[in-house]
Parts: sequence; structure tokens; C-alpha cells
Amino acid sequence: MIPAAFEYHPATSVDEAIALLSQYGDDAKLLAGGHSLIPTMKLRLAQPAHLIDIGRIPGLSYIREEPGVVAVGALTTYATIERSEVLRRHFALLPECASVIGDPQVRNRGTIGGSISHADPSADMPGAVRALKAEIRVRGPQGERSIAADDFFLGTFTTALEPGEMVTEIRFPLPPERTGSAYMKLANKASHYAVAGCAAVVTLGADGTCTAASVVITGAGTLPTRAAAVEAALLGKKLDEATVAEAASHAAEGLELMEDIHGSKQYRAQMACVMARRAILKAAERAQG
Amino acid sequence: MGIAALVGTPIKRREDPRLITGQATYVDDIKLPGMLYMAVLRSPYGHARIRSINTEAAKQAPGVVAVYTAQDLKGVVGNIPVAAPLPPHITNGMGRRGPLAEGKVRFYGDPVAVVIAESRYGARDALDLIEVDYEPLPAVVDPEKAAQPDAPLLYEEFGTNVAASVRPPTDEIDRVFAETQANGGIVVKQRMVNQRLAPSPMETRGVVAEFRKADRTLTIWSSSQIPHLLRNYLAEQLGLPQHQVRVIVPEVGGGFGCKLNIYPEEALVAFAAMKTGRPVKWIEDRSENLAVTIHGRDQIDYVEVAATREGKITGLKVHVVSDLGAYLQFFTDVIAIAFTLPMICGCYDIPVAYGSCDIVFTNKAPTDAYRGAGRPEAAYLVERAVDLVAHALGKDPAEVRMINFVKPEQFPHKMATGTVYDSGNYQAALEKAMQLIGYQQLRAEQAQKRAQGKLMGIGLSSYVEICGIGPKGLTPFGLYESARVRVDQSGDVLIYTGASPHGQGEETTFAQIAADEFGIPIERVLVIHGDTDSTPEGRGTYGSRTTAVGGTAVYNAVQKLKEKMKQIAAHMLEASPADVTLEDGKFSVAGAPQKAVTFAEVAAAANFSNTLPPGIEPGLETTVFFEPEACTFPFGTHICVVEIDKDTGEVHLTRYVAVDDCGRQLNPLLVAGQIHGGIVQGVGQALFEGVVYDENGQLLTSTFMDYAMPLASELPPFELDHTVTPTPYNPLGVKGVGEAGTIAATPAVAGAVADALGLPHVDMPFTPERIWRIIQQQQAPSQPQA
Repeated sequence: MIPAAFEYHPATSVDEAIALLSQYGDDAKLLAGGHSLIPTMKLRLAQPAHLIDIGRIPGLSYIREEPGVVAVGALTTYATIERSEVLRRHFALLPECASVIGDPQVRNRGTIGGSISHADPSADMPGAVRALKAEIRVRGPQGERSIAADDFFLGTFTTALEPGEMVTEIRFPLPPERTGSAYMKLANKASHYAVAGCAAVVTLGADGTCTAASVVITGAGTLPTRAAAVEAALLGKKLDEATVAEAASHAAEGLELMEDIHGSKQYRAQMACVMARRAILKAAERAQG
Repeated sequence: MGIAALVGTPIKRREDPRLITGQATYVDDIKLPGMLYMAVLRSPYGHARIRSINTEAAKQAPGVVAVYTAQDLKGVVGNIPVAAPLPPHITNGMGRRGPLAEGKVRFYGDPVAVVIAESRYGARDALDLIEVDYEPLPAVVDPEKAAQPDAPLLYEEFGTNVAASVRPPTDEIDRVFAETQANGGIVVKQRMVNQRLAPSPMETRGVVAEFRKADRTLTIWSSSQIPHLLRNYLAEQLGLPQHQVRVIVPEVGGGFGCKLNIYPEEALVAFAAMKTGRPVKWIEDRSENLAVTIHGRDQIDYVEVAATREGKITGLKVHVVSDLGAYLQFFTDVIAIAFTLPMICGCYDIPVAYGSCDIVFTNKAPTDAYRGAGRPEAAYLVERAVDLVAHALGKDPAEVRMINFVKPEQFPHKMATGTVYDSGNYQAALEKAMQLIGYQQLRAEQAQKRAQGKLMGIGLSSYVEICGIGPKGLTPFGLYESARVRVDQSGDVLIYTGASPHGQGEETTFAQIAADEFGIPIERVLVIHGDTDSTPEGRGTYGSRTTAVGGTAVYNAVQKLKEKMKQIAAHMLEASPADVTLEDGKFSVAGAPQKAVTFAEVAAAANFSNTLPPGIEPGLETTVFFEPEACTFPFGTHICVVEIDKDTGEVHLTRYVAVDDCGRQLNPLLVAGQIHGGIVQGVGQALFEGVVYDENGQLLTSTFMDYAMPLASELPPFELDHTVTPTPYNPLGVKGVGEAGTIAATPAVAGAVADALGLPHVDMPFTPERIWRIIQQQQAPSQPQA
């Protein structure tokens, strides 16, 4: 558990980090909280020749209310997200998700930008970011652009980031009235990553029927996956237990299921449905206020 | 009683301040000038032939000082020591190995070569430059398959993987089973898997060696439970006289049995230090620890139990398949034979018991003593057997236990296995635990929850185990313990113990014993351990033996010094020694309390020969060895409650009550600490842990991302109580408590899970998917009856 040799570059600004990233290309990795990267380096599964530490760049850790949006800096730690009153008020799902990542030590170091850039299929945060339909601000040699969360995750450890780009901010659009959200997961008892997890956001109309639903499954499949069939089955309906259970039973549709000693494909598929049901019911309960 | 009256008091551990403030010294804190670092190249295969090894490139790497393979050790370093080989069962040489693999590798992680380099990083980097040409061979990881005639062979020359097969005649047990059935009784059978576990101490292993060529003395710092045994065996391995080897055991961050062993790395580091003339350090990393440090358990037990309709057990038949892994370590071969089979009757007066055993080599890491060492397996199978009887008869498991317990008046009691238990009151512990948890109420609550479709289960475990080893004959070498006690001129007391506490707290308990007996404050007593140059020969700390055996040695040494001090005091007081008493740190004459000298005055007098009575040697120092005449048998009952999430299969432990009887408690705080930690490890086996290999012998649980350790967040508060039944076999009346929690907890949780599911038995670990599958089966529409 000793990493291979690497050169360490502490970046002092985003521009410097991007310049270094452009210079070293595939030989370089960005280091934020380090709680995914360093373990894989210690096992020599990753052997980057250059480590660009962005953890010291000032001004990338914040939670800011803007008109219609809450903007979260890429270096904001899970612990900060977990304790944020602003986030709790608008998106219960986000602090809830942060609170079940790893343990306090991990949450004190791990960052939201690091998690989504790493795109571990078992991680919690990518599912939450996708369910909340966030906009991901990235910067690269060509300047700044935004990527919709739905377009960001391409596969296991693969994102829409181009070479030389890094995530700078995650922008969460404020939800309409009578919206509730929740995150539920079945944790792998060793790593506490998700065997299956579900991030759900529902909006209810004045008559109590579901007017919008965003349901994303994480852990079970090879990437955080939108459960479109579940969403369709919720729309226009009152979210009683039976309706939600029926809708949630479609949660594994379209998943490219993973399998390991902590869960077979069959089990993960079923747990995706269970977690979807629980998350949607909780979200609906919160939507009712 | 002295003023202190410390024995029986829950005082805080004296070792804790240095541990919790980071001032303690562990092996990795040892830094010597010119020190080199060792890294070990290990087999990536479960089973393979080594065609060739090319170390040239590694030797040329920057900072590399040496690279060694088995060729370099030939004729210089002896085999890894086995403490208790079992002739004639174990064919001579089977399972023995040198520190580095020769010709073949037999498990994932088998050491093949070492690099010695100027830095730890450089040593690790150079491993990648060693070229090993392997010819992969078919592996066998299932001990029952390994015992088959067509199985791949680990040791071809022996024609079998079965190291020993113990099969006594079955006539008597067969008769009992037939009779029981003829009389309307039942016979219940169950195969049980006691899965493989990784001990996982917080501190991994580590060794530092320094060799002084001028006088050929070797100093070893090792994270070990057995400094003296390590010195003796290592000296033999290296061909050095024992007095030229010194072993220092600094602070140890947990052992749980896995450091009761001598591994390849001790000899390798020593060899490298002797060859290079420079100190060498090796610190095991976590993945190495999970792969190559001994594993525990890994037994398959076939249990058959016969009982009358009333629930009285008439016979128990057990066949144990013990998975040894690829090689013999210290006690690998005797865990099942010496510690499981003698304890299969548990707390129960079973008239006829039968035990047979196959011990089998497989392409996995060696197994050995892990917290409980063979006794948890016995407790598990017999507790499950009692529950099977209860389940089959529709009786409450508490009632079946009560019916079958050995009664208090029967002690000392010879069990059907031949094991003689010292003392006990099993009924009292069970009753106390039932009262503490509100057993009848719980059963009512369970019925209510069942009616609502909820899965709640209650599990009981009435365990008994062997501690305080050991008497003559139990092991090939006898397991005494020693103490050297010195009262210095100022009246301060130094206790040098041969035992090697590493977290158990004997720096506190041994001091309590001496302080009370001398009637002085505990601050005046210092306990020293873990250095073979300063402490008398000892056998180490394991098997819950240190207080019962080592504590008694301290007690006896103190008595001897007290007698001598009385003689000196009598001379000073011009009285007869028979009239002198020691109380509150003062020697006084019976009937004339004003005629007194202090403990310190006598200590000073003892060191000035002018003041000594004739015929008395100066100085106050004595060394005492204590070998108990028999083992002790602590016991108790644990009861726990689980609730199962039907949708996910997750098992939630909601309550846990433990009533333990470890004899007299010297320090209830330390007893509670041992019970707490023990329960967590026992629950860990039941709910979370399991070493998993694939069929090729690849280890799938090589990091904590895959090997699930129990966490505080998954556990309820533990509710503890105790009973006190002293042992007659040592003057302190103490039995031992280091392993009790672990032994008790596993069957308690297993009982609760089976109870929740309404099944006779479920195999561990109770991982969510396993339980979910069972629930799915139970909910599936039942097949039409044929």
C-alpha cells in the first residue's frame, strides 16, 4: 500500500491547475480531498506521474444563494454540505446524501467536485447531483462551460470532462413549491458505498398529484442512471404507497447492473426498487411539508 | 486488607495516558541510524510452480542493497516454527516451510522474494522489477473438496491434502442415537459453516532487527504476543544461542492471537540485518495483513444431537473439518483437535459425546488461534445444537438449556469429552440474563410483532470456555508464567513479568495485586514487560491466561517477599516473625500496634547487611514460576435481540445483554472493556466478516473496502452484569475474560437470526443478500405437495 513515485504540484489558482493539467495530460491527476484517488494510488491501481493538488486553491469552497440557484463550490466538503442550513431548506436530499458518505473523517476531507469528477458508480453524490438536475460549471484551456448533470456521467469513472478541464462549481436550480427530495441507500457493510441507492425529487400539484419527478439510481449500475420508467409511472398520480411501490418496481429497468461479493445483479436490481420506493415516499412526505 | 484495597476496584488503566496522548512507542516508531527497509514480493496466484526468478533488474534499482530468494536462505535459515506438531498424524514435513517459497507457491500472498533498500518506497518500487516465471496450477480452496482423492495436491509427495484424520469408534454414540429414537426421542442433524475470519488488529505486524557483528548479538523489535518464545525459536532458526538474541516487544496495537505466531518476516528481517550489517525494518501493510497474517475459524461442523421429547440431550456427535490453509503456523494443526473437540459439550451434562476431525490443507492463508481459538467453534456448534433441539421440539431455548446444564453441585465435573470443568453456576447466569433483558416480556413483544408480519428474533448463548492454560501435559512444552518482583531500597516495587500484555491492562491489574498485598499505594508499583533481557522467561499473553497464570506468579512472588520482610521487621522490632503482621504498609507486632516499622524502613534495612538478622541474605528480590494444576472454565449467558428488514435482508441488533462469570474480578472496568470488545468481534463474525477466496485462490477481501469490520454505529449499547464463581485452581480465584465476549456473542446473534426467520439454522455471516434470499424463498408460493 505504497504508491508509485509521482511529482507533486500544489496549484494556487484554477488557471494554474488547468495549465498543469494541459501540460501533463494523461500523466496527471487532480487531487482534491484525495479520499478516492489516494487509496487507488496506494494499491497502485492508479499511478499518475503528476499530482496536481487543487485543495489549496482559495475561493472554491462555498455555498451561495443566487437568484433561482444555489451554487456550491467544487471544493466544498461533504461535512459542509451535511451541515448547510441553506441546502437543507431547499434540497433535503443533498445534506442527507452527504451525511451517509463514508465516516466523519471522509466527510471532512471529501469534496463534491471530487466525487462527481471521479464518477465512481457506487458513490452517493453523483446520484444526488443528477436527481437535482444540477448544472456543472467546468473550466478548461478553452475557457468556461456548463454541462447538465444528465449529460455529465458517461460511464464507470468516465465523465464529459474534456482533457484539461476541471469542475469549479455545481449549480442547483431552486425547486418549485411543494417539492420534496430524499436519498436512501443500502450500504456495502465494508466500504459503506452504495450497493444500491436512490435519489428522488418529486413535486406535487395543488391537488396532491405528482407534477414532476426525478429519480436516479446509484450503486446498482455502472453509472448513476435516471429511472425514466419510474418517473413516468409517478407523473399525474397521487403518491400513495401502492402507486409508489408499483412505480418503484421499474427502478432497475435500463440499468447495466454490477455484481460483486456484496451483491449479485439480482439483489442489486431488487434493492434499487426498494430504495426507490423508500426515497420517493420520503420525498413525497417532505413535499407535503 | 491493606489501605489500598485496589483489587475489585474499577480503577482506570495506568497504560492509557501514554496510549491516548500518542506518546507510546510502537515498532514503526523505532528508527535506528543507517536503517534499511524490507519489502516482500508475494505470490499473485493461489497455487503455482515457480519456474524461475530473475532478480537482476531489482538489484540494479536505485537504493536497493540486496534481493533475497529461497536460494539465499538455504542451509542458513530454518523452517517457520510449529509449536505443537502432532505426530504421527502429520506426516513429517507436510505443511512446513522456509521463510520464502521454494519451487511452489501455495496461497495468494505466499512470500517469494524480498528487497532490502535504503527507503521503504524504494524497496516497494523494486518489487516490480523482479521477474518470476510462474506456471499456474489448479487450486483448491474448499477443505471438503481438498480431502477428495482427485483434488489438486499442495504437497504432491504425500499424495493427500489431509494432514490428519481423527476417527474414534462410533459404537457407543450409535447405540445412544438408536436408543433415543426407539424411546420416541429425536435426532437432529445440521451442517454448520464457521467461516474464515481475518483478525485485523489496528496495528499490523512489524519487525525491526539490528545485528552487532562484533559480539554476534541480534536485537529484534516485534509486534508480538510472545517475546520469549519468539527469541527461542528465532535463535534456533538462525543458529544463534538464545542469549545472543534479545526480543523487545514495544507497544502492541492489538493481537487477538495473530501475533501469537512466528512468521517468515521475523527471520527474513533478521537474516537481512545479519547479511548487510545494518538495521532492517519491515512494516506490514493492511493488504498484506489481510492476506498473509493468520486467519481464524474456517471449520465445517457436522452436528448430530439426540434428545428425549422432554428436551434432555442424550448424545452429541460432531465431525469437524478444519481448514488449515496452505502451511502450518504455530498452533494451526491443534486448534480443532485440542480446543474445539474437548469443548463440544459446552455447559451441558450430555451423557455421551463423540468428536471426529479431519484437518486439511487448502490453497489459502494458514489458519491459527484467533480470539477464542477453537473454543468459539465449539460454543457455536453446541449452542446451535441446543437451539436445534428446542426448535424441533417446539420448546423455548432457555428451557432446554436449563434442563441440560451441569448443576452447581456437580463441580468439579468431568464431561463426556473427558474435559474436567473447575466450577460454575450456569443456571444463575442464564436466570440473571433473562431477568436483565426481561425475557418473558420480550417473547410477548416478539409474538405481537410476528402477528404484524415483522421479523424479530431472540438469541441465547450460554457459553463455557477454557482459560488459564496451562497445566502440564496440555501442550508439548507446558505453559507456566513467571514474575520477578523487587522491592528497592526506597520501598518502591518493580514487577518484571514474563507475560506480554498488549492491551489487556496487566500493568494495572498486576500492580493492584502487589499494592494490595504490600499495603502500599499503586503509584509505588511499576510493571515491566516485553523485553527478554530484563524479564524472566515467560510464555506470552494469549488464551485469557495472563492474569490467572501470570497474576498468580506475581501474587506468589509477593508472598515470598512479604515473608522475608516480616523476618527483617521482626528483627528490627525484636519480636518473633510469627507475631509480625503487615497492614496498611506497616509491619507491627500483634497485640502491640505501637511497635511498628514502615514498609520503606524494612525495604531500606533489607539492603544494609548490618541491619539484617543472621542467616538472611541482603536484598528483596525473588523470581517465581507458576504452573497451574488445571485450567479454569469461565462461563456466562448472553442474550440479544435482532430485527430484520424484510425488504433488504439487513439484520439490526437492537439489544444485547451479557452476564459473564470470569471468577473473581480484579478490575471490573477492565473486565467490562474485554467483554465489550469481545462482543463486538463476536457480532462481527455473525453479521459482517468473512474472508472470501475465489476458486482459483484469489483473495477477494484484500482491503477494508471488501472485508467488513463491525462499526460502533451498527451496534446497540451493551447491558452488562456478572456472577462470581471463583476458581479453586489459583489463589486469586480468577478465571480469565479476554475471549469470553467473542465466544458468547456469535452463537447469540446466530440464534436470534434463526429465531427471527423461524428456521432451525442459517449459516454466517448474515449478510443482507443471504438473509434476503432466505426471505424470498419463504415468501415464494409453496410448491404443491407431491
